[in-house]
This record gives sequence, structure tokens and C-alpha cells, in this order.
Amino acid sequence: MGGVPMNSQSLSDLITPFRESLESLDRIRAESLFAEALSRVSPIAAVEQLIVPALEQMGNAWHEGSVALSQVYMGGRFCEELVERVLPPSDPDRKHQPRSAIVLLNDYHMLGKRIVYSVMRASGFELFDYGRMDVDELVERALADRIRVLLVSVLMLPSALKVADVCSQLKARGSDIKVAVGGAPFLFDGELWREVGADGMGRSAGDAVTIVDAWMREMA
Amino acid sequence: MNSMERVLTTLGHKEPDRVPLFLLANMHGAKELGLSLRDYYASAGNVIDGEMRLLEKFGSDCAYPFFYASLEIEAWGGDTIFSADGPPLCGPPVIRRPEDIDSLRPPEVESSPALRRVLDTIAGLKQRLDGRVPIIAVAISPFSLPVMQMGFDRYIELMHEQPDRFLKLMQTNEEFTVNWANAQLAAGATAICYFDPVSSTTNIPRDLYLATGQQVAKRALARIKGPTATHMASGRCLPILGDIADTGTAVVGVSILEDLARLKAAAAGRVTLLGNLNGIEMRRWTPADAELAVKRAIAAAGPGGGFILSDNHGEIPFQVADETLLAIREAVDRWGRYPLDWVQDWTDPGPT
Repeated sequence: MGGVPMNSQSLSDLITPFRESLESLDRIRAESLFAEALSRVSPIAAVEQLIVPALEQMGNAWHEGSVALSQVYMGGRFCEELVERVLPPSDPDRKHQPRSAIVLLNDYHMLGKRIVYSVMRASGFELFDYGRMDVDELVERALADRIRVLLVSVLMLPSALKVADVCSQLKARGSDIKVAVGGAPFLFDGELWREVGADGMGRSAGDAVTIVDAWMREMA
Repeated sequence: MNSMERVLTTLGHKEPDRVPLFLLANMHGAKELGLSLRDYYASAGNVIDGEMRLLEKFGSDCAYPFFYASLEIEAWGGDTIFSADGPPLCGPPVIRRPEDIDSLRPPEVESSPALRRVLDTIAGLKQRLDGRVPIIAVAISPFSLPVMQMGFDRYIELMHEQPDRFLKLMQTNEEFTVNWANAQLAAGATAICYFDPVSSTTNIPRDLYLATGQQVAKRALARIKGPTATHMASGRCLPILGDIADTGTAVVGVSILEDLARLKAAAAGRVTLLGNLNGIEMRRWTPADAELAVKRAIAAAGPGGGFILSDNHGEIPFQVADETLLAIREAVDRWGRYPLDWVQDWTDPGPT
């Protein structure tokens, strides 16, 4: 490294080609670019400076309509594998974060939750995966686990409306859990997340990382 | 003009007496009869009565004997989960492991009580409507059915990682979908709404669509013995609109996420557009909101025909108030009459 501090080098030249390799499902090229990043910076810096921005850009591109959900899903899953290799779950470099969980509320459509879970883990976060739950089960589990940040994924409108029950039950129990929501109903009605009492809404998986990052700083 | 004449005229890319309205509020039939969704859909007689009442009340230009999507999964041996306030959902996947696809066989339409209820409903509506109102039946595309059969995440993995099994699944599903669509046409349906949201560019990129969903659609639509409308169920399709037209479909259901005027230009007289009112926002629309949304859609896509006003998902949420549906109806009566002279001078007031 010629005496240059490990994490001072920019990876900005790698982000676009890395993102393109994910979008075209070119795993060999993505691996090679990630290896290049690791030759320049530490594993956690490679995650934060290459994988996180690439996935964030893909999420934004999906929201704007230029990238498809299948690409976001397969790209996120692959990045999750890359991060697993260099940052095992117990690695001390994993982010010091509030206890977080993700859940599919009421629905049976798992894809959105799986994408957000992959992108969160590929961005260095550890979080409980609650799978699919209904309102009462979720409230009890989140309180028992002393969760601080709860990510709620839905596909159907009735499930989105049930977030209001989750938020009101948590408040009635004196909890200050922050709730972020995501899923189709919230994309089609930009006011719905406020109506159901959520604290934030993500339009893409990348937004989930941004939201939790911001809340993590507030809670620090 | 009656509804059938109005719709056929717009499908011919000519201007009828007014913009046709497909108000796809099928679940509202249960409200009309004071029944739960489970009880409503348990009997063809209920749905026939419900549809007739909805036609009378809201004046839609089609009957829509669509029960719920997971009804097809019942035919494959799966379950439906009913709730009080929304569309019935599909239970656990019927394909639990990719290996299950190897022995999967298409179910017989006649052996499924759920599918027979739909056929009886179509036959009953046909008898009552006597060709005056088109009956739009639904078949989930063979390419989109696996989202319910095995889960969307596993299906995306299958497409990318097990191409041979993917092809086997498509062959099996095509047999079922074609038979199911043709049975509904034989029972009296005017056209088939071919729901294909996985083909949307929201879900897969264009190159993958051309290699998969489009090929499936070309094969399936060629064997369906009647006209079809391809619906993206809220997904985007502008980059593939011409590709969808190449499958032989007559109509494309489009999303509020895309500019309707650009979609109309891209359709270029090849396909009629169906859409694109925002069904989710509709839940909290005032009558003035409804009127503005109708005006926007008609201004963007109404001129010249080739346009049917509808919601953008193919199913209006159960929570949408009757007053809102009536406001949509009234706005179409007021602003949808051809010739649309007001469009040229109209300026969109922007967000309300």
C-alpha cells in the first residue's frame, strides 16, 4: 500500500462497473471488482464504499424504472454472499447498531422482505428476520426482543393498513420502537405511511439502509 | 351505443360515444349482498347477483367475473386464506422444492369446484347480459402463476439458475392456462384478461422478458380462442409496450407509475390501453380528486379511441367507498363524451 493509510483510497471508480456487473448478473466481474476493492481498503470499508453505494444506486434505479426487481434481488443476494465471506456475523467491524428486526406483516409475499434483508446484511447490518407474522405476534416478539428499529414489509393494502395497529399497540405498551415501512401500497400512496403512524418509509431497499443509518446516529 | 358497441369501437381505435369505463370493483359485490368475501365467492349465484347489482349501480362497461387470483391455485391443490377486508390470499406454496416441478401435472379445469363456480358465473352473466355488456374473464399467465405456486423469490432463482426446470414449469402451466381461458370463453366470456405482472419491467428486465415471458405469451395467446387483454397489475411496461403488442394481445393494462400520454403514443394504434387510475390512493379520494384523476387520464389517452378508463391494478380495493366509484362514473359521463373538445384547452391544475 506504499504507506498510504488503508481506508483513505477512494473506490468511486469501481462503483459503476460493480453495479453494472450486478445488474447483468456477471458474478465473475463482480467478484473481481470486489477483490480489487479489498486490495485497496479494509473489508468494512469495501462494504461501505462499494457495496452500499452500488446497491443504493440499484434501488434508486428500480424506483425510477430503469432496473428490475429481479436484478435488485439477485444482486442483493450475491452481495450478501460477498459480505458473509469477509465479515462473518461476529466480526467486530459489523456496525454497532440498534437491535433491529424485519418482518413481513400479514401477507404471504416474501420477496420484498428478502430483498431488504439481503441489502441490509450486504451493507453490514445484522438484524432479526421474523419471517411472516400477524399484528399481535409481532408486537409481543418485538417487545420481548427489546427491538429499537422495526422494518415492516407488506404487499397488500389491508396489510399496510394493519401497520396502524402495530404502531398503536406499541405506543400503548410504552414502547419507543421506531417503525419503517415499505412495499407497494406505500409507493402508490405517498401519504399512507404517515396515516398508519410509521416513523419512516423506504421506496427501495437502499432507503432502508439510509433510514436505519440515520436513526442509528440519533440513538447513539 | 351499448357497452359492447362502445368497447368494440374503441378497440378499433375509433372514438365511440364516450370513453368506456371498466370499473373493476369485483369485491364490492359482496358488500352489495351483505356477505363476507368467503361466503360471496362460495356460490356462483352470489357473484352473478353481485355483478348485476354493480352494473346497475355504477354503470361499468364490462362484467368482471374475476373471483380472486389464488382461486387458480386451489385447482393446483393449494389453499386460499380469506380475510374480512381484502382480496383472498394464496396459502403455502404448492411447489415446495424445485424438484416438485418434475412431476407436476396441469389440473383438469372440470375437476376443480372453484373453477367450475367461475364457469357457472360466466354462463349466468351471459344469459342475463345477452351480449350487451362484454364479460371479461381472467386467467393468470403461465409466466406469472409461479409467484403463487412457489413464491416470487424462489421463482426468480429458478429462472436464473435452473433453465430446464423453468421451461418444464412453463410447459405445464401453459397447458393449464390455455385450457382455463378457453373454458371461460366457451362458457360465455367475451375476452380474457391475461394477468402477467412478472413480465413488467418493474419485475424483470426487457432482455429477460423477450427470452421468457414474451415467448410464453406468444405461445399461450395463439392457443386462446378469443381476444385477450394483457394486464401488468400496476407494473411498468413502457419499454416493452411494442413487445407486448407483438404477442397478439389487443389491450394492455398500464400503471400510474408511467406517463399515460407517452404510453398512448407508444401504443401507436397497435393496442388499446386500459388504465390507469391509482386504486390505492382512490381509498382517500374526494369527489373532486376523482374528477381530476378521470380528466387527467382522459386528456392523456382518450383522443382517437384506443382507450378504456380503469384502475391500474385490475382490482379496486375493498376499502374504496361507493361514493368515490360514483364520482368516477359521473366524471366519465361529464368529461368522457366524444368529441373531447375540452382537452385541447385544458390545463392540468397540478397536485390537489
